[in-house]
Amino acid sequence: MSILECRALSKSYGAKAALSGVDLTIEPGRIVGLLGPNGSGKTTLIKLANGLLTPTSGEILIDGRKPSRATKAIVSYLPDRSTLPGWMSIAQALDYYGDFYADFRRGVAEQMLMNLGLDRTQKIKTLSKGMREKTQLILTMSREAKLYLLDEPIGGVDPATRDYILRTIISNYSEDAAVIISTHLIADVEQVLDEVVFLREGQVMLHESVEQIRDEKGKSVDELFREVFRC
Amino acid sequence: MEWNFRNDQPIYSQLTQRLTEAIVSGIYAPGEKLPSVRDLAVEAGVNPNTVQRALSELEREGLVFSQRTAGRFVTESENMIVNAKLRIADERVGTFLRSMKTLGCNKQEVISLIEGAKEEEE
Repeated sequence: MSILECRALSKSYGAKAALSGVDLTIEPGRIVGLLGPNGSGKTTLIKLANGLLTPTSGEILIDGRKPSRATKAIVSYLPDRSTLPGWMSIAQALDYYGDFYADFRRGVAEQMLMNLGLDRTQKIKTLSKGMREKTQLILTMSREAKLYLLDEPIGGVDPATRDYILRTIISNYSEDAAVIISTHLIADVEQVLDEVVFLREGQVMLHESVEQIRDEKGKSVDELFREVFRC
Repeated sequence: MEWNFRNDQPIYSQLTQRLTEAIVSGIYAPGEKLPSVRDLAVEAGVNPNTVQRALSELEREGLVFSQRTAGRFVTESENMIVNAKLRIADERVGTFLRSMKTLGCNKQEVISLIEGAKEEEE
């Protein structure tokens, strides 16, 4: 069964349509790039998938079910901004995730904290922006979820950390889980992706495998994107 | 190994090529066990399904064989490896000759240039 399915999915904010008539199916075992210019609907789609927004019309299904408490147990979400309370220490944030999610792997999280040189006693509010993003990513990837929704996971970190994050996504790969990554940094992620979805003004304009694009067009996804969305 | 990929070709075919070179040059010896799909994917920084596809391609060509549970191994057939080497060498000679032709060198000139270069080296 598909892990994510959208049928004629639309979302409007007042008169403004953020998504209109999106049909999209994502299978388990796939790493998918959700790409599009600013304001094309990437974050809206991700928020619909984890139940933070409700559709205006159409439907979105996670593992065959509407977003609910049950689907939240299998969806691991990295928001595009920090959501952790500032008063918590990193260690407390780990406890918090452990309490909330049955699939949280504490050992994996501790290992990643060490690899990224984060001090578990430090308070969230005293972390730099980059360190906060790393912490949030560690929490998200330490869950053994079936669908990972990563909204701009590599935007605010240095290139070495970017590599580490991408390698973490690769080594965490499972045939049973799908990863959806929304990003502007296409050149950095494209060799990690199976397929890409191009969103334009709230609509899917392309859903294709990365290798197919390279094979048929003789160009990278990054080059194709620049061509299609030339300003 | 350095893993840089060109933009204008599928990644799996570049991986297949890189792994073939690694086998031909002995980085992976005959009969040696190859790293797992996951380890190769992490090392090269590419999608695991792409690595899987490249390895299947090498298997199809006979350079690699898999044993149900133990993993994938480099062929023990020296013949197979020599053939792969000749195939790659042949391709590169072709590319080289084409670029020399662009420069306006005929085959005779190319041969004497190669012999000259060889003598210098010795």
